[in-house]
Amino acid sequence: MDTEALLKIMPAVTDANRPFWEGTLAGELRLQTCDDCGTPRYPEAPVCPRCLSENATWRAASGRATLWSWIVMHQNYLAAFADELPYLVAFVQLEEGPFLYSTLVDAPAELRCDLPLEAVFDEVSPERALPKFRVATA
Amino acid sequence: MPSNNRRAAIVGVGQTDFGMLYANKDARRNAQGLAAEALRAAIDDAGIAKDDIDGLVTSWVDYGRMATVLGIRNPRIIYDLHGAGRMSGMAVQQAAALVEAGAADTIALVYGNNGRSVKMRYGGGTANPIVAYDTMYGQTSAGAELAMMYRRYQYEYGVPDGALAPIAINNRRNAARNPVAVMRSEISEQEYLDSRYIAEPLRLLDYCIINDGGVALIITTLERARALRKRPVTVAASASRGDLWNFYASPDFFYGACQDVARRVYAKSGLGPADMDCVQIYDNFTPTVVFSLEGFGFAKQGEGWEWIKGGRIATEGDRPLNTAGGHTGESYMQGWAHHVEAVRQIRGEGGERQVAHCDTAQYICASPIVSSHVLTGE
Repeated sequence: MDTEALLKIMPAVTDANRPFWEGTLAGELRLQTCDDCGTPRYPEAPVCPRCLSENATWRAASGRATLWSWIVMHQNYLAAFADELPYLVAFVQLEEGPFLYSTLVDAPAELRCDLPLEAVFDEVSPERALPKFRVATA
Repeated sequence: MPSNNRRAAIVGVGQTDFGMLYANKDARRNAQGLAAEALRAAIDDAGIAKDDIDGLVTSWVDYGRMATVLGIRNPRIIYDLHGAGRMSGMAVQQAAALVEAGAADTIALVYGNNGRSVKMRYGGGTANPIVAYDTMYGQTSAGAELAMMYRRYQYEYGVPDGALAPIAINNRRNAARNPVAVMRSEISEQEYLDSRYIAEPLRLLDYCIINDGGVALIITTLERARALRKRPVTVAASASRGDLWNFYASPDFFYGACQDVARRVYAKSGLGPADMDCVQIYDNFTPTVVFSLEGFGFAKQGEGWEWIKGGRIATEGDRPLNTAGGHTGESYMQGWAHHVEAVRQIRGEGGERQVAHCDTAQYICASPIVSSHVLTGE
């Protein structure tokens, strides 16, 4: 992995998303959660997509998720991934509801949709960690 | 409310020669020039004068520069839609509604795409900080979103590898009978299976082409259309519905949105899937065709991949599909050329690929904005 190229394409840390990125360094997947209706959202957004409230608190998700689907990318689109080809991208649904793209670490040779997953955190640099998933062991 | 019996009809269609443009890979083309060439052809096709046009809707090219290039200085309707495939259906739907409402009498819709000249890749880096949450995992391009959906679809319905081959083969068979298509050779199932993966489970031959070209349509009132030389093609019904969230991929394969649009276009037109003499389906990637066929009631949910087998979708089959070759065979004009083909089929101008007795055609686009129209010949 070309770490420098990866750091360049990661979202910049801003006031709007700092708790999320601080969470990944602390080993937590933090979701912006609406104070008024309780709906969690990912990634950051200025208001709750359900009730439009601006009031939200960052809460740690359980890290439990399921594998909705995955692909193996063979095409070279991104410098950061040029030496990873072919690489796996997973579409994951968190227990709390939101979906996110991610990848799997130590992926078994035989995958299937709906496998239970758990979040892990890959420290890309001392300042940035990337949430990833592995097949749940429990 | 005053009574309003105005109905909209498509009276002019035009496009560039996609294959000829593709043959010269070093040319650097201007998108407005491509759009203008298509409009010139559409004006000739309609048999109207340029000055009859009192509305202009553009896509991929911005309205201001396009109006300037075309010398359409004082249109009553003028705006652009961004250059995404979902917008071709929206342009037709809106122009028909605006004509019916009397906001303009003759609207030109023009699209020019020089994506190949400017080496567009439809994937890669992004300046959008929200999209970066996907890109940081290497998730990029609409094809990868469709691949994600299709893997899930395979899981839910037990679909074997290779099930999309009939769509890719049908498109190329039709393109071989289309003199302006980019791809003029047919492909076998083995060639399909041997084509390399791009975003596995999707292969190169599941993917649209990236090419240069222009398309134009002219929409006016049915009353005016009847005075022109060619068979009027009416927009009997058109509807749309968004399926918008953080991702292109839709967890129900756009089914809910498609079903709503289907109900409305079939109710308004009084026609159903069995009445469509041909179907022109937006096929950025082959799985979209399967999702569309299910969402619009041609096949049952989970059975679209079986429904396409056995020649049913061939030009001489029960439900001819993408008769000009679609995005994987004819040209990637983001749905625009599909509309041209629907009109040509209804007029009987399909040449070697003409469907016998074609009076009705349906356009379908299953995407984050689902749209569909039923077109009928007068």
